[in-house]
Amino acid sequence: MEAFREKIPLEQLYIKRAKNGKINIKSGNKIDLVTKWTIAVLTLLTVLAFFFFDYTGLSLERAIPETWHNLKTMFLEPSLSHFSWGEAMYQIGVTVGLGVLATVIGAVIALFLSFMAAENLSKPWVSKTVRMVMAFIRAVPTVLWVLIFAIAAGLGSEAAVLGMLFHSIAYLVKAFSEAFEEVDNGILEAMRATGSNWWHIVTHGVLPSTFTYLLSWTFLRFEINFGVAVAMGAAAGAGGIGFELFMASGFYFDLREVGFITYAILIIAIVLEMASTRLKNRYFPASVRN
Amino acid sequence: MTLLQVAKLGKSYDSQTQVLKDVSFTVEAGEFVSVIGPSGAGKSTLLRCINRMVEINHGKILFDERDVGSLKKKDLRKLRTDIGMVFQHYNLVPRLTVIENVLHGRFGYKNTVQGVLGRFTEEEKEQAFYLLDKLGIAEHAYKRCDQLSGGQQQRVGICRALIQDPKLILCDEPIASLDPNSSTVIMDHLQSITKELGITCIVNLHQVEVAQSYSDRIIGLRKGEVVFDGRSALLLEEQINHIYGTKQRELITV
Amino acid sequence: MKEKTIRKSRWMTTIAFIIIIGVTYFSAVITDFNFIEGALTFPAAISWIASNLWITAETWERLPAILTKLNETIFMSIAATTLAAVISLFLGLMGSQTTKVNNIFSVIARFIASFSRNIPVVAWSLILLISFGQNSLTGFLALFVGTLGFLTRAFIETIDEAGHSAVEALQATGATYSHIVSKAVLPQSLPQMLSWILFMIETNIRSATLVGILTGTGIGYTFDMYYKSLNYNAVALVTFTIVITVIIIELISNRIRKVIL
Repeated sequence: MEAFREKIPLEQLYIKRAKNGKINIKSGNKIDLVTKWTIAVLTLLTVLAFFFFDYTGLSLERAIPETWHNLKTMFLEPSLSHFSWGEAMYQIGVTVGLGVLATVIGAVIALFLSFMAAENLSKPWVSKTVRMVMAFIRAVPTVLWVLIFAIAAGLGSEAAVLGMLFHSIAYLVKAFSEAFEEVDNGILEAMRATGSNWWHIVTHGVLPSTFTYLLSWTFLRFEINFGVAVAMGAAAGAGGIGFELFMASGFYFDLREVGFITYAILIIAIVLEMASTRLKNRYFPASVRN
Repeated sequence: MTLLQVAKLGKSYDSQTQVLKDVSFTVEAGEFVSVIGPSGAGKSTLLRCINRMVEINHGKILFDERDVGSLKKKDLRKLRTDIGMVFQHYNLVPRLTVIENVLHGRFGYKNTVQGVLGRFTEEEKEQAFYLLDKLGIAEHAYKRCDQLSGGQQQRVGICRALIQDPKLILCDEPIASLDPNSSTVIMDHLQSITKELGITCIVNLHQVEVAQSYSDRIIGLRKGEVVFDGRSALLLEEQINHIYGTKQRELITV
Repeated sequence: MKEKTIRKSRWMTTIAFIIIIGVTYFSAVITDFNFIEGALTFPAAISWIASNLWITAETWERLPAILTKLNETIFMSIAATTLAAVISLFLGLMGSQTTKVNNIFSVIARFIASFSRNIPVVAWSLILLISFGQNSLTGFLALFVGTLGFLTRAFIETIDEAGHSAVEALQATGATYSHIVSKAVLPQSLPQMLSWILFMIETNIRSATLVGILTGTGIGYTFDMYYKSLNYNAVALVTFTIVITVIIIELISNRIRKVIL
């Protein structure tokens, strides 16, 4: 075999050449191909996008310096004029409160649904159904949920919280059920062997080993829900600091107040982000997908 | 001919711990030198000072009549193309093919545009295949590196160093993550690089026996100081105990 | 010893629960949220949805107009994501420990990312609306800024995870910075980066609806119009088209992810 190989030049054995006779160095596999195509298609669509845009009433020469000026006013001279500091704190409290309610209620409901969604704790068809319903729920933007609930239930914190619940539940069910599925099958098997029923397995086998994990995910969702609550205040009239932001910019055109509110939101968001980054580093060694 | 001269080399990463202290030795062209010592003795830092992957604090390193410590950007690149490096964890790009990883060794000879566009000449590619065949992994040339075993990946790493056409190859614990069989293969290849191609090798090792059976000369480091420098045959039980400290030595042999 | 830690962790759990219940109660008070009313609202709302949100035959006539707006929204999301990704790539390279040029640029990159990410998209839309007016570019820019912050952070993590080892090896061969970035860092991190970009396109289509409501552009504006004119059948149709779009895009990205990751 060795002697035989000596005679065949390396050329015919291993080297692959392109049509022009040059040696290939790429393997030309499916991954490279799909990557290339994805990038090409996205680039093409991006270029096309600018032809599809509606440019009504846009004048860049005016808009850019004006935005620059506005940003300077907002961020360098923030102040309050239509309401007091106390009022501002209260509105921030309302927004945070909406976030808390949507997260806590969402977590409780998600906990039960995720038992049904986890493949190792549930029947295949139940788990599939729950997952499909969740995929549908996630496809409807939160703002639409809130607005739809607002017609049915009347504008108020109930509509806002209920609307925000949907995405919280869908997000947490995914996270929770994946956490449950990672529980060592040996533990479940051992418990089944001792004759424990489903509830015993869940309360003594699954929950204790995933509890900190679930709490961390819930907090991560709270970070997201704060942003959502701001958005719902502005776009769906759900109240809180988001609504004040909407009023200040769209109604009073008070840039200084917009600046103040933006700073307030920024500070809370950064505090929440720092907390959740610490949680992630502590409990999730690998990177966490949203 | 003296290829490398290290004189009173000192290195510290912070003010408290001196990683290397007054390290001096010379390496002749065509020598196969092992550096041994317990972990934390400063072996890796010593190698990385030679191609200035870490900055030198004190002393002087002369490589091929060039003062390593004072080289400017361009000359430093030139120096590094003359020195190949092989790593414990192979340090390949896992998603790229074997042949691409080997050709990475040619970047030292390319300008920015050639390198970014991946312009390699046909001679370079043929040379890459020749080297892969020499090390017995040409059949894997179009596989992704993460599909290869550790020993195979290390051979890709050696090919990448060889294609640089270096005068010296630095090996940082090349067999520390490999099983005994692959280790033998890798050490045999490294030895033949020096014997057949005349390329000087400096190899960091923590296995004393391997160092003794492969190298012409051994340098023993302990706490950043050279405590032994001589022919392999002269490294006796007493010197080994001195390098590792008696207690640690027992741990290693048991 | 072990018993002590168990007792301690049980104690901690109880405290955590008490805090959560306290915070929840306080939130309900401050937002004027009534649990019973909320619970009763839910079935009422569902039955309202079931009886009113139906797509009727005559609403289908509005489909072409809706699809044009939906198109605008999809393109807006893709363009914002792709362009933000290009800038994020530079910021990511600056911000990552492995590829940073120096510490000052690294801090600047991380600051820009944090700043644009933590100001909600809503705020960006409202700020931009003031001078850019009611057109696609406003929505595009709002999405762009938010995406920029998110992707920069994701890219920094991706590059950091790809590791320093190949970078070190290429440095040792005498390769330049641009060689290292283009031939070692990018090939290794590109699939993960693409996955983030796809994720962001999905997210942005949903956010685009929100931004559209605020800035009066795209499908969000269409939804808002029908919503305010109480044309619930059309509202149902708009929602339906959004759902289909999001699900299709999700399916495509999952397909792509499966191959490249």
